[in-house]
Amino acid sequence: MAARNIAMREAIRRALREEMHRDENVFVMGEEVAYWQGTHRVTRGFLEEFGERRVRDTPISEMAIGGAAVGAAMAGLRPVAEFMTINFAFLALDAIANHAAKVRYFFDGMFKVPLVYRAASGWGNQATASHSHAPEPIFAHFPGIYVGCPSNSLDAYGMLKASIRDDNPVLFTESIALYPKPSPMPEDLEEDYLIPIGKGDIKREGGDVTLVAYARGVDWALGAARQLARDGVEAEVVDLRWLRPLDMELVYKSFKKTNRCVIVEESLPMYSFGGEVAANLQENMFDYMDAPIKRVAAEDVPLPYSKDIELLALPNAQKVVDVVKEIL
Amino acid sequence: MVYFPTYMDAHAAVIKEGKAMGSPSKEMLLDWYRQMVLIREFEETCHQLYEEKRITGVYLHLYSGHEASGVGSMAALRKTDHVITAYRDHGIALILGMDPKAVMAEMMGKKTGSSGGKGGSMHLASKDHNFWGGYAIVGGHLPLAAGIALEARYRGKDDVTMTYVGDGATNNGYFHESLNMSAIWDLPVIWIIENNGYGMGTEVERASGQIELHRKAEAYGIKSFGRVDAQNALDVYAVASKAVEYARTKGPAVIEHVTYRYRGHGVSDKQYDARDDMSAELREWMDTREPIKILRDCIESKYGDVGDVLAQHRDDAKRIVAESVAFAEASEMPSSYEDLLRNTYVGSELVYKTEASVGAGID
Repeated sequence: MAARNIAMREAIRRALREEMHRDENVFVMGEEVAYWQGTHRVTRGFLEEFGERRVRDTPISEMAIGGAAVGAAMAGLRPVAEFMTINFAFLALDAIANHAAKVRYFFDGMFKVPLVYRAASGWGNQATASHSHAPEPIFAHFPGIYVGCPSNSLDAYGMLKASIRDDNPVLFTESIALYPKPSPMPEDLEEDYLIPIGKGDIKREGGDVTLVAYARGVDWALGAARQLARDGVEAEVVDLRWLRPLDMELVYKSFKKTNRCVIVEESLPMYSFGGEVAANLQENMFDYMDAPIKRVAAEDVPLPYSKDIELLALPNAQKVVDVVKEIL
Repeated sequence: MVYFPTYMDAHAAVIKEGKAMGSPSKEMLLDWYRQMVLIREFEETCHQLYEEKRITGVYLHLYSGHEASGVGSMAALRKTDHVITAYRDHGIALILGMDPKAVMAEMMGKKTGSSGGKGGSMHLASKDHNFWGGYAIVGGHLPLAAGIALEARYRGKDDVTMTYVGDGATNNGYFHESLNMSAIWDLPVIWIIENNGYGMGTEVERASGQIELHRKAEAYGIKSFGRVDAQNALDVYAVASKAVEYARTKGPAVIEHVTYRYRGHGVSDKQYDARDDMSAELREWMDTREPIKILRDCIESKYGDVGDVLAQHRDDAKRIVAESVAFAEASEMPSSYEDLLRNTYVGSELVYKTEASVGAGID
């Protein structure tokens, strides 16, 4: 099948645009999404195409963005609410965790909350401490919401569409580092191409060690796998894609083959994605375990401004390779 | 100091404009009386049941004393309009016509409760009544109200969203952000500030730089309909009617309801309301500003002796509430894992772990 390389931001824009054409109830709201054309240019051209009613600039009011999306969704619309970056979504944590995620439960199923929160996420580019987070696990802590974090263009397309069409609230994060990165998308891709919520993906097959990652961590894992292959070590890269639900079955399948696992993530090490995956592995796969489960995450500091120490704090492919070699 | 603001500009406006706003009919007034005595009976029974540990939740915020605020303002709505409030929500639910049996069963955490025992006192709601719920985080429901109102604007309907918010919540970021958003988007919301003098234990003047709370509307370019004596259901109704008409076609409106809570912040804050000056203050409100008596006096001054009808409403209230207690106590508790897990997600019964997944079921 013919494929074309497309940047992840283009794939996200295409998915969102098609969903707005498909369903009149889908609309976009957020800071600078309309006249500014989107801070990350995801909504470029939307105002002209859909008008002010469906492409709504908001004030800098994250609590209201988070909560208004809940109310609109309860009332039957399907809001796609953008947080300019995930750092600002901390201000909306109550709306997300206490309302989006819980309204259905505490009224025992009376309401549906079919919304998507989109947020740019990630470390780096000397953005400094308060603008440098990949805190998806914080949001994935809460039952009632799903969390999706794509690692390439095709996944972003299919995952965002699935999120918009689902009747549950979804927090959808888009790695800033991956926005400009091209990856192949089939030219005859159908508009109903959906990636089921909670379904992970094997991004590279291998029999010697399982590398579990999501979003930007998948790039580091794949880079490490290429390096390891030169030394004759075949790593299998499992991209979980969704942090909630977490497709542990896919990890178990791989682990039964490799008996070794390194978990790679962009975020901080304490109370983390890595901790969650490792805990599940040791609880359920103890008999298959030939080596300690290892984790590669960011260093446990706020991210500094200066370039060299910023890079020192971040994971990379070489760090993954080094940790894999410890357990072979 | 006895909390009793005397400044009531909206009251003066109502008196002045008088008939121009349309007076409620005799039937309406009698029905308001029915609603108010039902609420009072329900709330005082809840209080009693809490004391007897037959209602066991830690949170139970009663609407006694507030009755005219909800009854008078909601009388200005039509069926397709929306209502949302915070955690002092029992009265709102009853005014909208929710079944007292289901409401009482929710207090007791029963399966037959309006939220299946999942929500309790603070999370009553009814889709059938366009009641979008009681919410437990101070101010947390305010952006939801904006979102619900946005749906009406989005679809070109002129339904309004009547939103009740306590005085304490007007100091919280949600209030600022939601009112501002409602202004820039011309959302059909009536923000009703139920000012009962205290945000939990803190007097309004110790918590808010602007103690005329309705004037906060000015900061957002929102039309204020002023401060209303919310112990008088007729005043409340008159102002709410104007605000509702305004919101339908123009945009958000703010009204400040001056009222008083008879049973403290919640049933558990005995320490605070047992203070001597508080009980003196409460006595003064009950003696001079009692909403049910004010309404009764009004009805009788207009229509003469309707004592039989009113007595019938009081008897009915006692019977209905007693039946609701019997129903609730006879109802089953949710007890299974299925009860626990149900409705965390649409389309999935699973929450934490299954053989295939963690976090939620993959159907």
